[in-house]
Amino acid sequence: MLTPTIETSEAGTETPRLEIKGVGRDFHTKAGVTHAVSGIDLTIQRGEFVALIGRSGCGKTTLLRMIGGLLAPTAGTIEVDGKSLWRENNHVDSSAITKLGFVFQESNLFPWFSVLDNIALPLKLRGVGKKERRARAADLADLVGLSGFERSYPRELSGGMRQRAAIARALSTEPELLLMDEPFGALDALTRERMNLELQRIVLETTSTVVFVTHDIPEAVFLADRVVHMTPRPGRIRQILPADFPKPRAVDLQTTPEFNDIVRSLRHDLDEEE
Amino acid sequence: MSQSRMLKILPWIVTPSLVVLIVVAWHVIVTTLNVNTFIFPPPAMVWDSLVTLLGEARTWEAVGVTVTEVLIGFSIAVVAGLIVGVVLGKVHWLELSLRPLIVISQVAPKVAFVPLFVIWFGFGLTSKVVLSALLAFFPVMLNVLLGVRSVEQGHREVMQSFNASRGQTFLQLEMRSLQPYLFAGMEVGIVLATIGAIVGEYLGGNDGLGNLVVSAMNSLDAARTFALIILLSLIGLVLYLIVNEAKRFFIPWHESVYGLRNTTG
Ligand SMILES: Nc1ncnc2c1ncn2[C@@H]1O[C@H](COP(=O)(O)OP(=O)(O)OP(=O)(O)O)[C@@H](O)[C@H]1O
Ligand SMILES: [Mg+2]
Repeated sequence: MLTPTIETSEAGTETPRLEIKGVGRDFHTKAGVTHAVSGIDLTIQRGEFVALIGRSGCGKTTLLRMIGGLLAPTAGTIEVDGKSLWRENNHVDSSAITKLGFVFQESNLFPWFSVLDNIALPLKLRGVGKKERRARAADLADLVGLSGFERSYPRELSGGMRQRAAIARALSTEPELLLMDEPFGALDALTRERMNLELQRIVLETTSTVVFVTHDIPEAVFLADRVVHMTPRPGRIRQILPADFPKPRAVDLQTTPEFNDIVRSLRHDLDEEE
Repeated sequence: MSQSRMLKILPWIVTPSLVVLIVVAWHVIVTTLNVNTFIFPPPAMVWDSLVTLLGEARTWEAVGVTVTEVLIGFSIAVVAGLIVGVVLGKVHWLELSLRPLIVISQVAPKVAFVPLFVIWFGFGLTSKVVLSALLAFFPVMLNVLLGVRSVEQGHREVMQSFNASRGQTFLQLEMRSLQPYLFAGMEVGIVLATIGAIVGEYLGGNDGLGNLVVSAMNSLDAARTFALIILLSLIGLVLYLIVNEAKRFFIPWHESVYGLRNTTG
């Protein structure tokens, strides 16, 4: 059931959607201890779009998985709407999880379900009736531009279409916080641009908060309100750059000097890492 | 003609041609070498025997008995294999502690147990069903076990991210992703179940096609024995095709089914 959870905040003193304090994660392997992520402080307000960029291996996925309730931090706290996500013994607060939607780097669609059933799966898990969840899944398929493909199997879709189906699936529970791990990593530049515009439209329409991992600097600046730049070993936040251009943004934005200043400055800082 | 059309038609040309070739070669060898037809009958004699055989009521009774044994044994093997495979796949310590026993019972020549089964379960249907089920059980169980362990980590995380309960993960994910493995086990299992029933009939009792083979052999009727072997092979083929068809019906999304249907060459 999609029962709305009671917000702990009252109007005026709005709690942030996501509050990350001193979060770290170590991995113990045969080779020794890896400090994948360390000392992350980040506060994200409702409706904000935050992009995480950084070199390969700097801990972006690790951080996102901790926010998504898939991996327990070894240090620090993560609060969703003022409520701690991780409880003792690495148990995750399931009421917080219901507010999240996760889009993985691979679409991870279930091959045995049609596109429609894949999108409707989270609703099925919540006990939404067949008729209602199918109707809502059809709406979502339409939203991500997959109408006409509802009955196809994932294997019959292109990579970009699969990724859109995965986004629709994540959106089906109307998540307040959308976590996306390089969702467009495998796409060509043109498809990617179109997907960026679609994502922006969807996010504005659904007023979700988004944490978006990417390798692509212009993509980060184009989509995000703030770009968080992380550096590796251990994964830390090096700087947070605002990119406050009015929304919705058009592709033309990418040719403006203001846009390119931010891109250039980020690229410069990324290059500076030894 | 497109390459994919070719690929579809190919078996329908090659298989009949090969069968004809073998029959002709058989005929030529038997007649030119002057082999005693009691020992190696020519195809025509086997064909006559087959026609006679199919005209006898007791043949069809025997077919009914053998198929019943196979189907009961196979069903038991599938249900037991599925349950044991899932339990062993999920409960690691149990699988680990039972592993030596599983390996031993898997490599043990189960056919050697038939005399014991006859002593325990009598000469009737039961002893054959038991052997049939026992032979088919292992491929089903081992494949299911592998299937339970082969669930993709990414899919697990999807279920986790949607707050799925253990029961939901089991039904929507684990049971689904083990299906191709179950069918792989069933395809091997149905063949072994057929072998189990026939061997059971060879060694005990006086019912079923296996028993007809034994009496044909006792009366030194090689042509009839051949005809019975052909009949048994046809039954085995039909049973296998039924399982294969079930697979196509239940897992149309899987590579083994989908890929074949959509080969582009
Ligand atoms: N399960 C794990 N076990 C051990 N080490 C891990 C594990 N997961 C991640 N790491 C280590 O943590 C560090 C950060 O990994 P992470 O996947 O978060 O990087 P990333 O920023 O997402 O990289 P990419 O851009 O290539 O996806 C890496 O050095 C990696 O080796
Ligand atoms: Mg990553």
